[in-house]
Amino acid sequence: MPSLKDLRNRIASVKATQKITKAMQMVAAAKLRRAQEAAEAARPYSERMGAVLANITQAIGGGGDAPALMTGTGKDDVHLLVVCTAERGLCGGFNSQIARLARDHIRRLLADGKQVKIICVGKKGFDILRRDYASLIVDRVDLREVRTLGFANADAIARKVIHLFNEGSFDICTLFYSQFKSVISQIPTAQQIIPAGVASAAAETTIGGNAVYEYEPEPGEILSDLIPRNISVQVFRALLENAAGEMGAKMSAMDNATRNAGDMINKLSITYNRQRQAQITKELIEIISGAEAL
Amino acid sequence: MAEAFQFELVSPERLLVSEQVESVVIPGAEGEMTVMAHHAPVMTTIKPGVVTVKTAAGKEERYVVFGGFADIVPAGCTLLAESAVAVGDIDRADLARRIQEAREDAADAKDDEARSKAEQFLSQLTTLEGAILPA
Repeated sequence: MPSLKDLRNRIASVKATQKITKAMQMVAAAKLRRAQEAAEAARPYSERMGAVLANITQAIGGGGDAPALMTGTGKDDVHLLVVCTAERGLCGGFNSQIARLARDHIRRLLADGKQVKIICVGKKGFDILRRDYASLIVDRVDLREVRTLGFANADAIARKVIHLFNEGSFDICTLFYSQFKSVISQIPTAQQIIPAGVASAAAETTIGGNAVYEYEPEPGEILSDLIPRNISVQVFRALLENAAGEMGAKMSAMDNATRNAGDMINKLSITYNRQRQAQITKELIEIISGAEAL
Repeated sequence: MAEAFQFELVSPERLLVSEQVESVVIPGAEGEMTVMAHHAPVMTTIKPGVVTVKTAAGKEERYVVFGGFADIVPAGCTLLAESAVAVGDIDRADLARRIQEAREDAADAKDDEARSKAEQFLSQLTTLEGAILPA
């Protein structure tokens, strides 16, 4: 049985923890708003990009002059996985969910006899994947120093990927990130970016309808300029969704922690009060029985 | 008074402009072009340069863009810029850094094609710098 003093100390320490988790929750809430705004601000660009891309693929009609980034190498022997996770923990199952999805994917690919290469974006994913697949990780991108995610960060990652592709070091590239659905739900997602899945984009309605476009320069040339840019945009979107998702997950994790701490304080206070009462009763009995003995 | 049309200038980070305008001057890859209402559908890549927007209200705004492409349809014009800033907000240091990078690219280009491409980009950047510095 812990003494009264022990209980007091424990209550104080849980209270301190609660204050910290509460503060972290509020910080996450503020950051979440900013991350959401950033993700929303980036949306028009990627939407337009999809529409334009759809237009132009229609014009080319899957002709032979489409760049390799779009059509792929025609093989699927070597897979490159770009796994985007957060830089920091304390956000519930956010990072492990993404890592688990990636791990399942890797296991499946390896079982099929494919070769797998991994690029880790974010420290947490690297830490998790390093345990099992350290030899497969070819590169990692550290965004810890980055305060506000800019397009330049995404562009740098995309450039790395494209460079590897041009060297012929992989055939298919898949992007792993967490889709931000709401504060309480983030969905780990795998998205193939090379060869670009334009087929889905083409199904969407385009701004110009079926207008016959004039292209300046040639469609093929525009496309070869557009596709790498589209990859950057996809990576950028993934990073922004991740940032928002991380903050959302952190917020709900910290909310839970705060609530748990509150429950614990309640329980400890009850034990404390009961014990104090028992001690008082004991002292009274001692006094009374002492007086009776006289 | 020319007819107005919808113009949008979008960078990956945000939507800069979305309003009714009278005309827009775009630094297309194959020469500058002025877009007005009912323009024939054109899709063009753009080079680093200045986009001049004349709004329906008669104001003139200028933006610096670094590459991207434009999608022009009779009903409107969408400009997807890799990065775009209003001329008044341009960061000289940033521009200087880009020029420096372009210069390095040109210096260590491997083949003739890459070199000529890099040099072209560099010259576009320096022209751009010359165009906005006195502003």
